[in-house]
Amino acid sequence: MAGTGTAHLRPAEDALLRVEDLVVEFPTRAGRVHAVSGISLDILPGETLGIVGESGCGKSTTGRAIIQLPPPTSGRVEFEGLDLTKLHGKSLRHRRTRLQLIFQDPISSLNPRRRVRDILAEPLKIWKRGTKADQEKVVRETLDAVGLDPDTALERRPHQFSGGQCQRISIARALVTEPSLLICDEPVSALDVSVQAQILNLLEDLKARYGLTVVFIAHDLAVVKNVSDRVMVMYLGKVCEVAPPDRLYQQPAHPYTAALLRSIPVADPAVRPQDQLLLEGELPSPIDPPSGCRFRTRCPLAQERCAAEEPQVRSVGPGHYVACHFPLSSGAVEPEPVEVHAGQPA
Amino acid sequence: MSASFDPGGDGEQANNGVSGVATPRPSTTQSRRLLDVTDLRTQFRTAKGMVKAVDGVSLSLDRGRTLGIVGESGSGKTVLSRSIMGLLPKRNVVREGGVVYDGKDLLTASANEVRDLWGAEMAMIFQDPMTSLNPVLRIGNQITEGMRFHLGMDKGTAEKNALSLLREVGIPEPERRLRQYPHELSGGMRQRIMIAIALACGPKLLFADEPTTALDVTVQAQILNLLQKEQRERDMGMILVTHDLGVVAGRTDEIAVMYAGQIVEKAATTTLFRHVRMPYTEALLKSIPALDTPSHTRLEAIPGRPPDLINPPPGCRFAPRCPYAQDRCHAELPPLVEVEPGHAFRCWYPVGLSPESVEQAIAAQAEAEAAAVGADAGTATTPVAETGTDEGGN
Repeated sequence: MAGTGTAHLRPAEDALLRVEDLVVEFPTRAGRVHAVSGISLDILPGETLGIVGESGCGKSTTGRAIIQLPPPTSGRVEFEGLDLTKLHGKSLRHRRTRLQLIFQDPISSLNPRRRVRDILAEPLKIWKRGTKADQEKVVRETLDAVGLDPDTALERRPHQFSGGQCQRISIARALVTEPSLLICDEPVSALDVSVQAQILNLLEDLKARYGLTVVFIAHDLAVVKNVSDRVMVMYLGKVCEVAPPDRLYQQPAHPYTAALLRSIPVADPAVRPQDQLLLEGELPSPIDPPSGCRFRTRCPLAQERCAAEEPQVRSVGPGHYVACHFPLSSGAVEPEPVEVHAGQPA
Repeated sequence: MSASFDPGGDGEQANNGVSGVATPRPSTTQSRRLLDVTDLRTQFRTAKGMVKAVDGVSLSLDRGRTLGIVGESGSGKTVLSRSIMGLLPKRNVVREGGVVYDGKDLLTASANEVRDLWGAEMAMIFQDPMTSLNPVLRIGNQITEGMRFHLGMDKGTAEKNALSLLREVGIPEPERRLRQYPHELSGGMRQRIMIAIALACGPKLLFADEPTTALDVTVQAQILNLLQKEQRERDMGMILVTHDLGVVAGRTDEIAVMYAGQIVEKAATTTLFRHVRMPYTEALLKSIPALDTPSHTRLEAIPGRPPDLINPPPGCRFAPRCPYAQDRCHAELPPLVEVEPGHAFRCWYPVGLSPESVEQAIAAQAEAEAAAVGADAGTATTPVAETGTDEGGN
């Protein structure tokens, strides 16, 4: 998977956001951490791009690098026709009001000492949007849009709300600056399933109401499938596969995607999990990533070529791109060669 | 189903001769029964009032069986498992009912007696492997501590055992790991260490409280398989506590669904998934995004929030959020009653069954209980909380 390349990108003039060859590295005492190594992606207006992968695959780092928090080591991030990596100071901050981020832990991402009114109004104050009355009106409307009663919520502080309600407040906070792109970083993984469904439905509603474009980062493949128009699978800082969700889940072309799909627990006792073939081992260190395809150390199909040569992203079907030397036959329903070599569950 | 649940608290005692606190049943070598929990109530004293975190839960577990306890946060599933093990603080906690482990009554046992059971007889794996290991002790010390304390092993023997345990739970380079600290290991490795610690003294009963919630999906599958393997090989009873119905579906013999401190449905795993009766379980299953539905399918979220456990609603606790609720549901708490063989639930208007079948089951249970009381008078457990929590059918 190593996947570098831009074969999966669409014409630049159509895209709201276009990221090319994004590299994020962090120097540490132990060596350079290659968190993201040459990711390219694009999003059309109104689209939802799902990014999935295990922890440490670089999906959150990608989301943060898009809004320049911190700026990437190299690469281009073109948003609404401007390269964000070239912007600094106030012009960058001003541009950032159009891209907003929602974090995983709704309770710790809100300041516990501030009232909801102040949390929501702050961006408007900073950018001096309208009079105080105008700001109040926007705050009330946004709270109402996320399903909270402004009259009771405005004067309260975050600890007086449940996790699901705090996530609604976080979403409202992101929406007050009227962004065109919302980056959701694991927005529902800290929530209970019943609340998770409420928030996912809310995001769909808001997307329609505010004309939002969404980057949805999560580790839960079922959740990502539900919300996305296009899904990108990442592994150790690289792209594995990009495809429309229904196709990706029916005919995964990358052995890693197939393995991920197999490890999802199914709420059906007839599916015996012991029979499923699982991925062995854990993610290699991003300080010293494997040569060639980064997935080869855990891949049941790996051959010599995978160690020597990094696969490039290439098309295997309509809208379906994979970075693999030996992709699973994407026409077939059953990825037949995998079974033979896949190891016992560790 | 040998990991059988008893729908009513008291009825069970008559059936198997365990009478809660008064006369613990002598443990026989033939008996497979490991744990009997009878009408357990656990309340926390707070400034606002008593929080009824566990409100009249009865269950039992045999050796070699796995019970899944499913519920959302705040449903009382974690408090239940800690209450059974006696891991809750004594201050401001009221624990009533019966917990009999292998013939020993844990509610009346002294702190020292219970401590002798921890680790040696019953062990727990916690959710967060990052915070439940001691960060300033080497892995080796943490694994051998229990063996030296409970089994009186010397350091060398304990370390040898620790090595084979680490190999068993799939940790590469075990010799090196023994001298490492928790922060040097990944989350999955740490959870394997937690499992090794829990297994060190060969417990008969294993609690796994959200053992994989903090882990990635690929690692989750590995850890669940490991737990299942160990449980089978060691013939342990296991209680798997989770919020994820997908996790328990393929790995448990029986499932109890909890809501607002009570068991609302319990049945053999296959039965439960095939015939969901309690609307809450149904709603929970429906709210999970499925892999086989097309993207952008609207999810069926459960409206509202769980009730306040200080002043729970008088009727069915799910009634305020239930799509099928009628007047009776808001007024009267349905009892947990076995309506179909091996399938108990708390609902006046179950999914796919007539309300009459519930009434008949309640009547039948009352009759059986009356007969049992006549045969074996004085099966009373410790006094029920004076707040008058309604257990319905009992």
